[in-house]
Amino acid sequence: MAERTAVIGVGQTYHKAKREDVSIAGLVREAAVRALDDAGMDWSDIDAVVIGKAPDMFEGVVMPELYLAPALGAVGKPMIRVHTAGSVGGSTALVAAHLVSSGTHERVLTVAFEKQSDSDAMWALSIPQPFSAPLLAGAGGYFAPIIRAYMRRSGAPDHIGILVAVKDRKQALKNPYAHLHIEDISFEMVRDSIMLWDPIRYLETCPSSDGAAAMVLANERVADGSSSSHPPAWIHGMSMRSEPTMFAGRDQVNPLASKECAADVYRQAGITEPRREIDVAEVYVPFSWYEPMWLESLGFAAEGEGWKLTDSGATALDGGDIPWNCSGGVLSSNPIGASGMLRFLEVAMQVRGQAGEHQVETVRRALGHAYGGGSQFFAMWVLGADKP
Amino acid sequence: MARRSVRPVAVVSFAQSDMMRREEHRNDVEVLQPVIQDVFGKIGLTKDDMGFVCSGSCDYLVGAPFSFVQALDAVGAWPPMRESHVEMDGAFALYEAWTQLQEDDIDTALVFSFGRSSMSEIGRVLTLQLDPYYMAPLWPDPVALAALQAQALIDAGKYTEADFAAVAARSRRDARTNPHAQVTGDHSPEELLGDDYVVAPLRRHALPPITDGATAVILAAGDRATELCERPAWITGMDHRIETHALGARDLTTSPSTRSAAEGAGIGRGDDGAVEVDVAELHAPFAHQELILRDALGLGGTAVVNPSGGALAANGIMVAGLVRMGEAASRIMDGSARTALAHATSGPCLQQNLVCALAAEPAGDGRG
Repeated sequence: MAERTAVIGVGQTYHKAKREDVSIAGLVREAAVRALDDAGMDWSDIDAVVIGKAPDMFEGVVMPELYLAPALGAVGKPMIRVHTAGSVGGSTALVAAHLVSSGTHERVLTVAFEKQSDSDAMWALSIPQPFSAPLLAGAGGYFAPIIRAYMRRSGAPDHIGILVAVKDRKQALKNPYAHLHIEDISFEMVRDSIMLWDPIRYLETCPSSDGAAAMVLANERVADGSSSSHPPAWIHGMSMRSEPTMFAGRDQVNPLASKECAADVYRQAGITEPRREIDVAEVYVPFSWYEPMWLESLGFAAEGEGWKLTDSGATALDGGDIPWNCSGGVLSSNPIGASGMLRFLEVAMQVRGQAGEHQVETVRRALGHAYGGGSQFFAMWVLGADKP
Repeated sequence: MARRSVRPVAVVSFAQSDMMRREEHRNDVEVLQPVIQDVFGKIGLTKDDMGFVCSGSCDYLVGAPFSFVQALDAVGAWPPMRESHVEMDGAFALYEAWTQLQEDDIDTALVFSFGRSSMSEIGRVLTLQLDPYYMAPLWPDPVALAALQAQALIDAGKYTEADFAAVAARSRRDARTNPHAQVTGDHSPEELLGDDYVVAPLRRHALPPITDGATAVILAAGDRATELCERPAWITGMDHRIETHALGARDLTTSPSTRSAAEGAGIGRGDDGAVEVDVAELHAPFAHQELILRDALGLGGTAVVNPSGGALAANGIMVAGLVRMGEAASRIMDGSARTALAHATSGPCLQQNLVCALAAEPAGDGRG
């Protein structure tokens, strides 16, 4: 029987295009120290460290956890490094959570980061390989045709992506840690920004950020006795699913792995109507159109109807019934390896009532979500204020 | 640190490719695919029977981001599967799978790893593991760092170059009965001491080969393990620890992380404090590192060490640690050992170490 597991501390960096004031070690430590402070703990309280990041070429350091072990207080302890593409921040949190739920450890520190300014992600994503067609287009070039397929399939009008881009940037203004704070963001500003990969405009794209996220996860005994000034956020369900990149039977617009991952996590949490039973969600939306696409895949809207939810304002912090990405989301901060963990962390903040200006009133249950690769790796968790 | 008694989990199948200097004509997927078929075929299962899949690899070996993504094609991840990946040796993927099997929702897991070191200049790639601000810019390669460690052993009066040669001679001889081994031979330590230095005091024989290869293991819990395998190799404990990265802050002649990992894994010790196991498979890429590991573990005289030839016979990066798990488990599955110890390492000069205790009988409270 799995042990009850909770988030009892969270910490993140101030995300920026270039964090030239810190080394990689300084960056991860900044997030980790904040998480430990929030948990009311010290380095010596931690049993194990689980760290995740996207490809090592993003910084040019092979298996950087070896070098980061002392900076994260891991010396003499178990340390695990996770890498599952863009979903890695979420997967890393789940590997850490399983170390607790399996009874292996009582208190685990989990950290994810990217210091994109140390390298060039576009280059690192597009290195030509023998016998493979070079993309030379990064992630946007890969996802643009899939978005186009969604628009054709659902009949969504062109302006939906712009609405998401404006909404998430407005919400980021309430999050002091967010990378992008565009005070005068407007529909016109997004609409008039340059087209990068049709139909994705510059302002419908996530930024390239330096940043880190950290959480302290604990079992029931430790969480019940926690000295944190915020209550624990309990894990009600967690799940990972993967499918192949290239396969004729795949639906890349609404991948089966996504639907099955959501079904698994809802089954564990006893959720049958996500829109009604989930109070807030942080969902991995690196390109604006992924909000309506994931609204459908995650069961918040019927197939073909997701864009109508976005269009109606249902996903906005201000006045929506199912606010998505109140933190500003990936569209406002994208330290790639940490972007998934930030989704998982932000919903912990919502459940614990510590989200400040972007706090949703009364959050009983929340969904954190990450995806990666060619829309093929999924990690999700549902957190709740009550013990499961 | 809380450590409940564990749900019994065992290695029930193991497969590996032939380990070779250069896979000329096959990519990662093509190297992996027959290994995956083999590990399933041995116990009559398919991927659809797996509760979890976890792999280990290193992007930098082939110079591609997400190299593990294509590798999934060797498994055939359709319908979608519960799956994860560590940028570590496959032994750590096995650890992750083992912890997830402690929960009762799954009964089986596939663990695999792969690496083709021939695609890159492996010395330069591994140098990029070092502190990017203070160490890597000096470009000390892994052989140079291992040589510092070997020299520290000599300076401390613990071992000599002849001891290193004896390890290499025994490994190569033992590897002759391992059909997958890359480096085999029948030479005396005295003959090997005629090798040139690569970086003093390390001569050619004290270095690992550069290896391309892949390996896979299947784990099963409780009754499922005994259904699938006549003599499952039960994992009675497993733990791993990391040391500081700063080489100057470490005593390179010892391995405290190996010792504490062995304690965490509950490795059995006799009255004299010596470890009592029938077989030990130690992931010692350099000959002198086997001596450090033996001392850290307190391996007694009765244990057979590295009957496979160890990492001196084949050292697939990201692979050799998981192969040690598989080789140690195989000695229990073939009935030649009752207890075994498997070890995996990562990082320069044995920075991170994992120890797994295996036995013919399950430990714990028998839940499962």
